Amino acid sequence: MEVSFYLIQILNGVSFAMLLFLLAAGLSLIYGLMRILNLAHGSYYLLGAYVALSVARGTGSLLLAAVAGTAVVTAVGIFMERVLLRRVPRAELPQALLTFGMLLIIGDLALWIWGGTPQTLPRPEALSGAVRVGSFFFPAYRLFVIGVGATVGVALWLLQEHTRFGAMIRAAIDDAEIARTTGVNVSLLSTVVFALGAALAALGGIIGGPMLGVYPGADFEILLLAFVVVIIGGLGSLKGAFVGALLVGLLDTFGKARFPELALFTIFAPMAIILAVRPTGLFGGR
Amino acid sequence: MIARAGGAVAALALLPLALSSYQLDLLTKMLIFAIFAMSLNLSLGYAGLPSLGHAAYFGVGAYTVGLLAVRVWDNFWVDMALGLAAAMVAAALFGLLALRAEGSYLLMITLALAQVLWGVAFGWRWLTGGDDGLPGVPRPAAGLPLSLAAGPRFYYLVLVCFAGSVAVLGLIARSPFGHALVGIRESARRMEVLGYNTWLYKYVAFVLAGLFAGLAGNLFVYYNGFVSPAYLSIVFSASALIMVILGGAGTLLGPALGSAVIVYLENAVSAYTPRWLLVLGVVYVAVTLFAPEGIVGFARRRKTGSA
Amino acid sequence: MSALEVSRLTHDFGGLRALDDVSLEARPGERLVILGPNGAGKTTLFNAITGLLRPASGRIHLHGEDVTRLAPHARAQRGLGRTFQITTLFPGLTVLDSVLLAVQGRDPARFAFLRPQAAFPHLRERALALLAEWDLTGRQDMPTRLLSYGEQRQVELILALGVRPRVLLLDEPTAGLSPAETATVAAIIRRFPRDLTLLFIEHDMDVALDLADRVVVLHQGRVLAEGSPEEIRRDSRVAETYLGASHA
Repeated sequence: MEVSFYLIQILNGVSFAMLLFLLAAGLSLIYGLMRILNLAHGSYYLLGAYVALSVARGTGSLLLAAVAGTAVVTAVGIFMERVLLRRVPRAELPQALLTFGMLLIIGDLALWIWGGTPQTLPRPEALSGAVRVGSFFFPAYRLFVIGVGATVGVALWLLQEHTRFGAMIRAAIDDAEIARTTGVNVSLLSTVVFALGAALAALGGIIGGPMLGVYPGADFEILLLAFVVVIIGGLGSLKGAFVGALLVGLLDTFGKARFPELALFTIFAPMAIILAVRPTGLFGGR
Repeated sequence: MIARAGGAVAALALLPLALSSYQLDLLTKMLIFAIFAMSLNLSLGYAGLPSLGHAAYFGVGAYTVGLLAVRVWDNFWVDMALGLAAAMVAAALFGLLALRAEGSYLLMITLALAQVLWGVAFGWRWLTGGDDGLPGVPRPAAGLPLSLAAGPRFYYLVLVCFAGSVAVLGLIARSPFGHALVGIRESARRMEVLGYNTWLYKYVAFVLAGLFAGLAGNLFVYYNGFVSPAYLSIVFSASALIMVILGGAGTLLGPALGSAVIVYLENAVSAYTPRWLLVLGVVYVAVTLFAPEGIVGFARRRKTGSA
Repeated sequence: MSALEVSRLTHDFGGLRALDDVSLEARPGERLVILGPNGAGKTTLFNAITGLLRPASGRIHLHGEDVTRLAPHARAQRGLGRTFQITTLFPGLTVLDSVLLAVQGRDPARFAFLRPQAAFPHLRERALALLAEWDLTGRQDMPTRLLSYGEQRQVELILALGVRPRVLLLDEPTAGLSPAETATVAAIIRRFPRDLTLLFIEHDMDVALDLADRVVVLHQGRVLAEGSPEEIRRDSRVAETYLGASHA
């Protein structure tokens, strides 16, 4: 009895961690290259889920919904980066205010358009059942989410370490001026990376939608957790985002299951420890 | 400068004669948030510590006063004192953690710390009333022969607190400590090798900022007769932030001006539409794009021509 | 007793050994120049001495006191001053306000938070005196970011004097200056009181060998050679690794 409880919690924790990883990876990517802390990241998650919901309801195609959700959010991301963020001094505060303003705007527009009632995205037929492993049954969808998260993680890592694209990013992070002189189009790279980050967040919302639902305030909630992930894992590190996400996902899930009133306290503790011992996070550099 | 501030306070003291009770009410709210914004200004505008979690100290002060007044002992002086103490303790504890970080990390950590408190206020229904909040906080009876419940009298209480805050914060700004804070904001490394214990200065500024935020929170609870988790929310923290930026960070009265604008706007917009957060978001974006130095900075630049 | 003693300082940046068992000593009042090509570890050495960097191993003694574990501000309080290679002035402050901060640094008044700075007139007097002594009175109300680069370097020097240092570290004080500005700065350095111990990093060989009592040459984090300016001028190892490339 106890064992299956723990196994379910671990599964829930890891699948939740994959969502957090998608968000944290996007945040870290954007920060790593452009030193921008994008507070609107939470609203990318929210908007991706809501758009997918509407398209799924309208067309019946979940695939189309996923594509639409990702596309719309990516467009918003590109708009924010090219039109808004470039007009603003490269300092924490202006960027934080601007991106937070967008978070509020998108969040309120979403409330206006989709209303305040929590909704759940439909899950695909094929993933609605349970999968049998040994003598235990696991919800297929959760396994799917874990699969997606792990795949994205591996893909991002390969991208970062083994492609020219990744090399360009690393060069631009080291020294944008010099990277420019060697022919790297830093401006285009910035937009692409920002768009990628936004897309990852949207993907998080889309695959998270059937699991957690979507509702006003989900943007703040997931943003906060993503922050805790990068505080623990280190801002700008992909490995940090993954490890931090696992830690936060598992702690949050176990915490909610065991001590529901303590809520955020269970993730507060590791955050405080990291701050005391290693303020830039486990794998954070600068 | 002192003359200008004194004149402003004198004008504010005379206003109740000219305003309707509704308008006076709104002005009271503006003054409370002016204190809140000025408190953030000490840590942000002077010491250069960006914070997205300043509502934590506002809320801790508010909840302390609210809980004491409703459940324990409704004594204005005791409740206020404990509210201020609680806010200071929270800032002292959070400051130890938050100041381990800088820049974007500091923004995230201050946000996370405030959210933890929000989560506690939200989740511990038996203590805080959860999402429903804690109603029934009476207006202060400050042991004076008059009750401070009525609009104008409560207004004067708030005005006294506001004037006192302006005076103290003004003194701090012009003191050697205050000048050192500005130096640390401009070039911390330089200050460190000039002999300043930069961490200590930042910490003290952070804690003092928490103290004044707590004062504002205390007053707000009495104003509304009610405390809820919203007082700890990121929207409150971010509102203080935009008030400081809009008014002009690092100036003494700029944040007060910013708070007047935002409170007025919220009041006006909310009368017509529930889309206040949308408008607030637009204000954020607009201020950042077009007036990053705020109203006071903008006016200063216009006056001196350039430079 | 030496004014400053560095014993066996070692520090690594990732895989790179920036300082390798560096030891040196400065006698009170001595003018010691640190020479070396880029990347030799000169600024790292200064960062370690002032405490902005914690070396992996080694000790630092200031007037006989072990300051290895002290924070930078504590070392400043004991009379260690420093200028930076990249000017670290306060961009928004005027020259006078900047010097006021410098003068306040070792003054107990720096902790006062409820009385205005004006209530401590001795601070302003000292600041004005300092500006007058170094001929910067004309510029006192100008924001430092509007000064010419040469003037900024001068203010950088004056700020370091505000802490009443007994040992002063100057990191490339003439970097980026025209010959005329270089001469002005060199003249300022020559005017420093003789009981002030000076260590400076210099690239300009003429300035360095002219002002120095003694020279220490660093190369790849290690002390390559040490001696009087004459000895260093004639040292073939130094000529090989350093002089041959740069000097015009």
